[in-house]
Parts: sequence; structure tokens; C-alpha cells
Amino acid sequence: MGKNVITWTVRVIVYLGLLAFFIWVFSNEYLNHLVENFEEFLVLLRQHIQLVALSSFLAIAVAVPSAIIVTRPKFQRFEGVVSTVVNFGYTIPNMAILALMMGIMGIGFQTAVVALFIYSILPIFRNTLAGIQSVNSNLIDSAKGMGFKPYQILFKVELPNAAYSIIAGIRTAVVINIGATALAYLIGGGGLGNWIFVGINVFDNSILISGALPITLLAITVDLFLRLLERKVVPRGARPSTR
Amino acid sequence: MIQYKSVTKIYGEDVTAVDQVSLDVNEGEIVVLLGPSGCGKTTLLRMVNGLESVTDGDILFNGESIKSLNEIELRRKIGYVIQSNGLFPNMNIEQNVTVVPTLLGWSKEDKKKRFEELMELVGLDAEDYRKRYPHELSGGQQQRIGVIRALAADPPAMLMDEPFGALDPIIRERVQDEFLAIQRELNKTILFVSHDIDEAIKMGDKIALMKDGQLMQFDTPSQILQNPANDFVAQFVGKDRMVKSLTIHRIEQLMERYELLDSSIEKGQIATVSKSSNLRDVLSYILESKQQAVHVVNENDEVIGQVDFALVNQYMIDLAEKDEPVVNP
Ligand SMILES: Nc1ncnc2c1ncn2[C@@H]1O[C@H](COP(=O)(O)OP(=O)(O)OP(=O)(O)O)[C@@H](O)[C@H]1O
Ligand SMILES: [Mg+2]
Repeated sequence: MGKNVITWTVRVIVYLGLLAFFIWVFSNEYLNHLVENFEEFLVLLRQHIQLVALSSFLAIAVAVPSAIIVTRPKFQRFEGVVSTVVNFGYTIPNMAILALMMGIMGIGFQTAVVALFIYSILPIFRNTLAGIQSVNSNLIDSAKGMGFKPYQILFKVELPNAAYSIIAGIRTAVVINIGATALAYLIGGGGLGNWIFVGINVFDNSILISGALPITLLAITVDLFLRLLERKVVPRGARPSTR
Repeated sequence: MIQYKSVTKIYGEDVTAVDQVSLDVNEGEIVVLLGPSGCGKTTLLRMVNGLESVTDGDILFNGESIKSLNEIELRRKIGYVIQSNGLFPNMNIEQNVTVVPTLLGWSKEDKKKRFEELMELVGLDAEDYRKRYPHELSGGQQQRIGVIRALAADPPAMLMDEPFGALDPIIRERVQDEFLAIQRELNKTILFVSHDIDEAIKMGDKIALMKDGQLMQFDTPSQILQNPANDFVAQFVGKDRMVKSLTIHRIEQLMERYELLDSSIEKGQIATVSKSSNLRDVLSYILESKQQAVHVVNENDEVIGQVDFALVNQYMIDLAEKDEPVVNP
């Protein structure tokens, strides 16, 4: 009950803040730049979405299977090593990863994708790992005792019960990624970051806001979409509120 | 059906959890593995379906060494129930119950029919519970679902590790009775772990009493109670072992050896019990009614005689002296 009240209060405050922001944006006609350069906007938006989609997809494709592999009995002894490496990777600031990748791969779209990909791995890996590890060992035991094969234990017991945590990890990673993709401009990766940095350089709020606001909206939309997906995909009995 | 041949289990280098245990579980029998915590009951049970390896000796299932059998197929032929029921939270009740049939590739209709049959067996409404998830059931209901899930593919044998251990005493009694009623119909071969002597007496056709990995006595409940093989067994069954053993004898069995007393007192003045009541209940009724005896009635509610303290006492003394195995019902 008390927790609910706090959640709702925070939510209301956030939405009021957003509303105030929009009022401020519109009353100052800060979106004029966007409206006047709509063609360019669409190009930048498409680049932005491509960067996010590609790097997130790669991160999911690498992080989820890795977490599954290190939780298999045969490979369990590698779990510590892999986790340490991944955690260490996350302590490097994302600007530094960008710079590092630029040193190795030069500038351009691919470099941005790789840098963003590296930065998205950790939240997904860590949540998948935690999700699988938190599946009650009794469940695995009774599944084994009933004659589940190892892959059936994974797909019918471990993954469905870890699904909530896995999707939460993906959600965190993608939302952070959408924001971080603004930095892709710095290494010639394109995206809406272009306008943000140009806006900063020429002290033009309209250009800056025309880049920043769509990014915010994109992040909110994707977050909402992934929450809906989570409701669809995760069985009622495997949600944390029911444990 | 399940035969342990001098089975030993050593964990790591030197933890001997099971020490040269030999015992046979015959078809249609419930054998209760009984003993204090850490004596090796769970280990002994889990070696049957290969959840623990056998260090030395062998276990035969239907006459074949389990080492020669396909582990996955063997497990699907043996129902498995654990204390914390192990229901899958991500599956609804129907999916949980029919999980082994699903593995075996049954058709949708067969699974549905089987689910409804099983739910009826434990007196739960199939429609009501089909789409619910385990967390939406009470502990007792979850445990029942755990039991029928193990029965779903109609396995000839069942392994049950303290299946009712998490239930409070009143619910536990009810689930035990219900399970015994089901077992009378199904005649499964069952290995049942318990640390509760009363549960063992009630559920077991035979009891295997263990201590520190060794088998202390393997016998019928009445033999264990009346003729404990050693001090450990005597101590484990407790000082009230004679009172306990009253629960496994019924008036019908007493009638095989003795004539009932003449029913001289009018029915109605003293308590009435059915001839299938156990002797412990008989004594309770006598004490309760503050009379010398109780009337015994048959299936048609007709008084067929009386039982008093002396007769029960006589019967128990007789049993102990004859030292003859009493066949458990
Ligand atoms: N995986 C394991 N590794 C090492 N030792 C173990 C393992 N499992 C059990 N043991 C030890 O083996 C002995 C028997 O354990 P087991 O679980 O069979 O006992 P139990 O009779 O089922 O006890 P309880 O009534 O507490 O469930 C104990 O001393 C226990 O510490
Ligand atoms: Mg145990």
C-alpha cells in the first residue's frame, strides 16, 4: 500500500515535469527547427533508430546466450571470469569506449554500432544471469526427476521463470542505448545527436531541443512497448509480484 | 519391483550417506523410509531415478539394473514428488499436472481428459483450477496437485520425499487419508520418505528405519512397534509404541481371534463404533462415554457385539507373545 502511494507520487511528479517541459518547448517555439527541416529530421531519426536497433540486437544476441552458457553445469566454473570481464567493461565510461573504438575502427556508422553494442551487453547479461540463477533449485530438481532433458529444463523451466528479469534487462539496456546513441555524432555515426551537438556549439536552443525531444519521446515509447511485451510474454505465475 | 542390493553412497571423499542398504519394495506396496534428519533417506530415494549416483552396489527396477536403463525413460516411468511440491510457477495448473504427458507427446484431448480425471480423484474442480497458477492455491491444494502430477502418466512406481511435510497437522491427515484411498485403487509401488513415526505407521505397508546411513529394521509397522530390533528402534518409536500400535489394528482383525462380547446393554446407552474402527479409537470411545465397553456395528448398522478394555488388552498381549508377523491391512 505505502509502496504504491510512493510509486504513484513519483509517477505524477515525473509526468508533471514532462508536461512543464513540453509547455516550455512549445511556448518558445523550440520545435521550429524540426518543422522547418523535416526531411533532415527523418534521415537523422532513421539513422538513430538503426543504430539503436542494430546495437541492441547484437547485444541481446551475445548477452543472453552467454548468460545461458555460463549457467550450464558444464561451464559453471567460467561464470566468475565472464561476469568479472563484463562488469569491468561497464566501469569504462561510454565516452572512453567511443574514443577507443574510434582509435581501432576509425569513424563511421559501424564504429558507433560496435561501441553501443559493447555498452549494452552488461545490463542484459547481468539480468539474464540473475534471472536464471534465481530459479528455485527445487524446480530444476523436480524437472530432472520427471525426466526433462537438459534443453527442456532450459526452455520450459529456467527461461520462462527468468523471462521477467531478462526483459527488464533488455528494457534498461535499450532505453540507455537510445540516449547514449546521441554520442554517435562524435564519431560520425549520425543520428539525432547531430542536432544536439550542433545546437550546443551554436548556442541555439531550437536546434538542440529538436534533437533532444524526439530522443526522449523515442525512449519513452520503446520503454512502454517493452513493458507491454513483458506483460504478454511473461506468464502470470512467473512475475515477481506473485512470488 | 525396486530392489536395493547392498547399496552404498559416499559423497565426496568420506561422507557415507548410505551404507550397504539392501531392501525390496514389492509391487503395489508402500515402503516408508524413516529416520532422523541426515540419516540418508533422501539420498536413498534419489538413487532410484538417478538423481544421485550409486557409489557401490546396485539398484534393480523391474529386475533390471538402473545403470543399464535409459535415465530419461526411467524417470518418466517413476512419479516424483518433493516436499516443496516443485510446481512450476510459470505454468498453470493444467500445464503442471500434464507436464509428463506433454513430454511423452500425448494428444491435447488425452491430456485434457487425464487432467479432469486426476482433479476428480483429489476432489478439486477441474474448471475452477485449470487456468490458475500455483501461487493462487493453498499449500494443501498445491501438495495435492504435486501428487496428481506425479500420477499423470500413470507410472507404475512413485518416489515421494516428505510429500506432506510442509502441511499443518490437520490438513496433512486429510491429504494422507485421501492419498491412501487413491492408492487402494491404483496400487502403485511407492517409496515414501518421512521422519514422522505416526505418518510412517499410517502410510507404510512396511517401514525401513534408518540411522546414519544404515538400515536398522525393515518390517511391517506392527512388527516395528511390537518387536523393535534394537535399542535405537525402540527409542525411535517411543515409549507409547503400544498405544501407537493400537492404531494399526482394527476390530475386524480382533474378531478373527476372539468372539465379541454379548451385547447385553441396550444400544444407545453406550457408544457405537463400526467394526472397521481401529483399537485406539475403541479405547477413546470407551473412555469418553465413561462406560465399560462399546457396541460394535456392521456395515448395516446392526449391533454385532461389544468390545471392552480387557478384550483389547488380551488381544495386544496375545500378539506380542505370539511374535508372529501381523499382516497390515
Ligand atoms: N550433495 C551432497 N554432498 C555432500 N553431502 C551430502 C549431499 N547431500 C547429502 N549429504 C549428506 O548425506 C547425509 C544424508 O543426507 P540426506 O539428505 O539423504 O538425509 P535425509 O535423511 O534425507 O535428511 P532430512 O530428513 O534432513 O531430509 C547427510 O549427512 C548430508 O549432510
Ligand atoms: Mg531428506
